[in-house]
Amino acid sequence: MKGNNAYLFAAYALTWIIHITYLATIVSRYSQLKREIDSLRKNK
Amino acid sequence: MKRLFPILGVVTAALLVYALYMALIGAPTEQTMGNVQRIFYYHVPSAWTAFVLFFVNFGASIVYLVKRKVAADRVALVSAEVGVVFCTVVLVTGPIWARPVWGIWWTWDMRLTSTLVLWLIYVSYLFLRRFSSSGETPTLAAALAVLGALCVPFVYFSIWFFRTQHPQPVMGGGGSIDPRMLHVLLINWLAFSCFAFLVCWSRYRLEKLQREVDQAHALESLMAPRGSVR
Repeated sequence: MKGNNAYLFAAYALTWIIHITYLATIVSRYSQLKREIDSLRKNK
Repeated sequence: MKRLFPILGVVTAALLVYALYMALIGAPTEQTMGNVQRIFYYHVPSAWTAFVLFFVNFGASIVYLVKRKVAADRVALVSAEVGVVFCTVVLVTGPIWARPVWGIWWTWDMRLTSTLVLWLIYVSYLFLRRFSSSGETPTLAAALAVLGALCVPFVYFSIWFFRTQHPQPVMGGGGSIDPRMLHVLLINWLAFSCFAFLVCWSRYRLEKLQREVDQAHALESLMAPRGSVR
């Protein structure tokens, strides 16, 4: 059982991949909203 | 408040780096499982953080059902979304830990199955929020959240009531843990809790902004001359 470091690194890497993917969706939604706000301001 | 966010961000990043160092290097190596046991320092704090977020969702949903406060509805949505992310981490790291230790990726025992059911309940909550356009959506979602929260203690204590392959809980399970391991576990939980708080904060601001933009769009449609409404 010892020496299964690949499982350890896979677990840690996947944890951060999940968190970073979620953070990326937040950033992407925020940029999209900013574009919408800019277009609303132009239309005023 | 605007200054607090970057300060908290730096503190959280430092905490996460320190927690990672402690999990990989600082904590003692478990004698039977070896290094793979270190998955524990990500798996367990992620589960605790998800449970806390689901309870926040429960509290906010109750407040929304009683007082109809929009802010409470926003808190409920945000905590459920971030809770699902942490619960996903639990469901991903669990099988990766189980494979070398139990020899299998997954087994339909009570703890694992109930965690999967809990995840599915909150995913359906998010689907309801995302795809329902009814004015009653927040109320329906709040009712679903109240039912979902009842599952959380069931998941936690399921290993007391059913025979399971899953180890006993670290807190209140009657088992023992090396104090150095407990110390690293609590550091990781603190780091993930701070991280979850920051993510919730960002997501809350985004949700608030989204509703303001939706209102502005609605107003724009009303103000537009007839025939030019998009």
